[in-house]
Amino acid sequence: MTDETAVLSPSTVGPERPAAEGGGRGRPGQVWRSRRYRWDLRFSPYAFVAPFFLFFAAFGLFPLLYTGWAALHQVELTDPDSMTWVGLRNFTRLWDDEFFWNALRNTVTIGLLSTVPQLAIALGLAHLLNYRLRGSAFFRVAVLTPYATSVAAATLVFVLLFGRDYGMVNWALSAVGFDAVDWQNGPFASQLAVSTIVIWRWTGYNALIYLAAMQAVPGELYESAALDGASRFQQFLHVTVPSLRPTIFFTCVVSTIGATQLFGEPLLFNGGAGATGGSDHQFQTLGLYLYEQGWVNLHLGRASAIAWAMFLILLLIAGAARLLRGRKDGSR
Amino acid sequence: MRVRARTRARRTLLTTVSAVGAAALLLAGCAQDPEEGTGKGAPAAGKSGGAAQTTLTVGVFGAFGLQEAGLYDEYMAQNPGIRIEQTSIERNENYYPQLLTHLGTGSGLADVQAVEVNNIAEITATQADKLVDLGKAPGVDKAAYLPWKWAQGTASAAKGGATVGLGTDIGPQGICYRKDLFEAAGLPSDRAAVGALWAGDWNKYLEAGRTYKAKAGDGKAFVDSASGVMAAVTGSSAQRFYDDQGKVVYKTNPAVRGAFDLAASFATDGLSAKLQQFTPAWDQGFSNGSFATVSCPAWMLGYIQDKAGPAGKDKWDVAQAPKPSNWGGSFLIVPKAGKKAQEAAKLAAWLTAPAQQAKLFEKRGSFPSASAAYKLPSVSGAQHAYFGGAPIGEIFSKAAQGVPVAAVGPKDLVIAQNLADIGMLQVDQKGRSPQEGWEAAVKAIDNALDQ
Repeated sequence: MTDETAVLSPSTVGPERPAAEGGGRGRPGQVWRSRRYRWDLRFSPYAFVAPFFLFFAAFGLFPLLYTGWAALHQVELTDPDSMTWVGLRNFTRLWDDEFFWNALRNTVTIGLLSTVPQLAIALGLAHLLNYRLRGSAFFRVAVLTPYATSVAAATLVFVLLFGRDYGMVNWALSAVGFDAVDWQNGPFASQLAVSTIVIWRWTGYNALIYLAAMQAVPGELYESAALDGASRFQQFLHVTVPSLRPTIFFTCVVSTIGATQLFGEPLLFNGGAGATGGSDHQFQTLGLYLYEQGWVNLHLGRASAIAWAMFLILLLIAGAARLLRGRKDGSR
Repeated sequence: MRVRARTRARRTLLTTVSAVGAAALLLAGCAQDPEEGTGKGAPAAGKSGGAAQTTLTVGVFGAFGLQEAGLYDEYMAQNPGIRIEQTSIERNENYYPQLLTHLGTGSGLADVQAVEVNNIAEITATQADKLVDLGKAPGVDKAAYLPWKWAQGTASAAKGGATVGLGTDIGPQGICYRKDLFEAAGLPSDRAAVGALWAGDWNKYLEAGRTYKAKAGDGKAFVDSASGVMAAVTGSSAQRFYDDQGKVVYKTNPAVRGAFDLAASFATDGLSAKLQQFTPAWDQGFSNGSFATVSCPAWMLGYIQDKAGPAGKDKWDVAQAPKPSNWGGSFLIVPKAGKKAQEAAKLAAWLTAPAQQAKLFEKRGSFPSASAAYKLPSVSGAQHAYFGGAPIGEIFSKAAQGVPVAAVGPKDLVIAQNLADIGMLQVDQKGRSPQEGWEAAVKAIDNALDQ
C-alpha cells in the first residue's frame, strides 16, 4: 500500500502522504477514504482515456487482427463459425488471380486519373480563393458542397450524365461534332468517368486544406517577392508552392489512401448491376473486388486476404514515399 | 499579392458550415442500418388498446408489397394484440448478406424474413437448422401451393426435410410488347395473334424479331436486352445450373448453353437495344419507347407501368410467352432465434395463404404461388387496365401451371448474374462474339464458386 504511492512522483501525491499515513494508524473510515483518494488520483486518468482505447480496440484493432486471422482460413458467410485452416493459400492464390491484378491495375489508373488533376485543380482553386474577392465565404462554402453530397446521390446523377443513349455528356459531344462515347464499356472511358466523380467530390475539400495552409504563409514573403519584381504566377510558383510542401505531401497521402480504398463510386457507377465493375471488370477496383468476394460470392476468407493485401500495399506506398521524402530532405 | 485577413465572424460561419456538414455525414453513415427492435420504444403508443401488445417485425427487400397491399393492417385488425413493423432494405444484394450475418450470430433478426428464390436453395441447405419448420405451422396446407414452389422451400431429407420457406409470389412470364411499334412494323398487334407468332418455340421469337427489324425504324429495337431473353429462356427448362444431385452442371447443360446462344443471336443480329436491365438507362428506354418487347414476369407489369408512365398507356400489351417459364419470386422464413417465433410462424402462414396472395396480386401484381388462389375470381378474372385490359390472371395462371419443376442450387444467383452481367453483356454491349462472352462468364463463375 505505501510502496504503491512511492512509485508516483512526489509532486502529485506529496501533499496527501502525511494524511494517508496518519489515517493508517487512526480510524478505519479515514483509512478507507484516503485509500480511495489515492486510487482516484492513480487510476482516474486511465479511466478518462479508457473510452478511446476501448473503442479503438473494439472497432479498430480487433477487426484488423481478426481479418488477418480469417484470411488464413476458408470461411463462408453462410457459416462464419466454421473455419478451415488453409495457411497462406488465400494470399498465394492472389498471384494467379487475374481478377485481383486487373483490380489492382484499375485502382492504380483510376487513382492517378483522379488524384493528380484533383490536387492540381485544388491548388489552383485555393490560390484563387486566397485573393480578396467579394463573397469569399460563399465561394469557400460552395467549393465544399460536393464533399458534403452523398456518394450515392452524386454517382446516380453522374450515371445519368454519362448515359450512352440519353446522357448529357454525349449530347454535348455530339453537339460539337464528336461521336458518342460508351462511358460504361470503354475501358479508359469508364475509368475516366469514375475518376470524374472522385475529382468532383474531393477537389473542394483539398482546396480548403490548401487555402488554410496558404493563409499561414507570411505576407512578407510575398511583399519581398513583389519588390523583386516577381509576377503573381512567379509568386505562386516560388513562394506559395514551396511553403505548402508539407500540406501537399499530406493531401497526397490522404488521397492515395482514398484512391486505394475507392469503392462507392465504381459500385454505383455500374447502375445497380452489382460489384462486377462492368461487363469486363473494366472499372472494378480492389475495394469492389473485395466486396464481390465477401458479400456476393460469400467467401469471407478470400475477402479478408484481399483486405490485408490492400493494407500491405498501402504500407508499401507509405514506405516508398518516406524513403523518397527522406532522400529529398537530406539532399537539401 | 495580399493575403486576406479574415474576420472572426466569417471564420465562425465557415466552421459552423463544415461542422454541420461533418455531422450530416456522420448521421448519413449511421442511418444506413434500419432500426432494430423499434418496437421497444413504441409500447406507449400501443398501450391505448389495453391488451398486452406483441410486436412482430418483418424484414424485406425492395418494395415487397405486403405492407403496400395493406395486409399488415388487416392482420392487426383481426389480432388486436399484435403490432407489425416492417424494415426494408432496397436491394436484395445488400439485404441477403446481412440476413446471413444475422442468422449466423442469431441476433438482429426480424421475426419474419423474406428470401428471394435465387437464395432459397442456399438457405435450405445451410440455414435450415436455424429456422422454424413452417410446414407444421397452424393453417398451412401443402396442397394449396404449387408443388415445385413448396419443394424449393423445403430442405433435403439429409438436412431434416423441414419446409422452412413458405412461398409468396412467383414470376410466370409473358412477353410484353408495344402495339404501336408492332403495327408500324407490319406485325399483328392483337395479343392472341402475337402469342401465336411464337407459340411453343423460342426460336420463333427470334424469327419474329428478324421480321420486325426488316421494317422497323432506327432506334426501335425488338428486345430491351439479350440478358432478358436469356433469363426467360433459362427459366423454361427443368434443369438449369445444378443437377438433381446438387452438382454444378451449367457448363455442360445444353439448355443453359442453348439459352445463351439463342439470346446472343438477338445481340449479333442487332435486335437488342443493348441495355442492361435494372439500370437507369433501361428505365429511360421504357419511357422513350426504344424497344418493342421485353420478357415479362408478372411482377414486371408494375415496373413497366411506373417507368413508361401515362404516355405508355394503351401502347403496351402482354401476350403468352413461347414456353411457360418462371423468373423470380420469394419466400418467407421464420428464424428460431426470435423470441416470438410461434406468433411469427402464424403471421407468415397467414401472409402466404391463398386469400392473402390473391390480394397481393390484385394490389401489386405479384402472382400467387398458392395454386389454390388461381380459382379465386380476383385472380382468374384479373385484367390489367394499363396493358389494354389484358386478362393477366388467365395468361399468367396458364404460364404458372406449365412451369417445369426446376432444380435450384445454392449459387444460382451468382451463376445467373455472371452469365448475364459478364457474359451476355459483353456480347450485347461490347460486341464480343458469343464464344468469347461465354468463356469470360465461365472464368468469372469458376472464380466466384471457388471457396
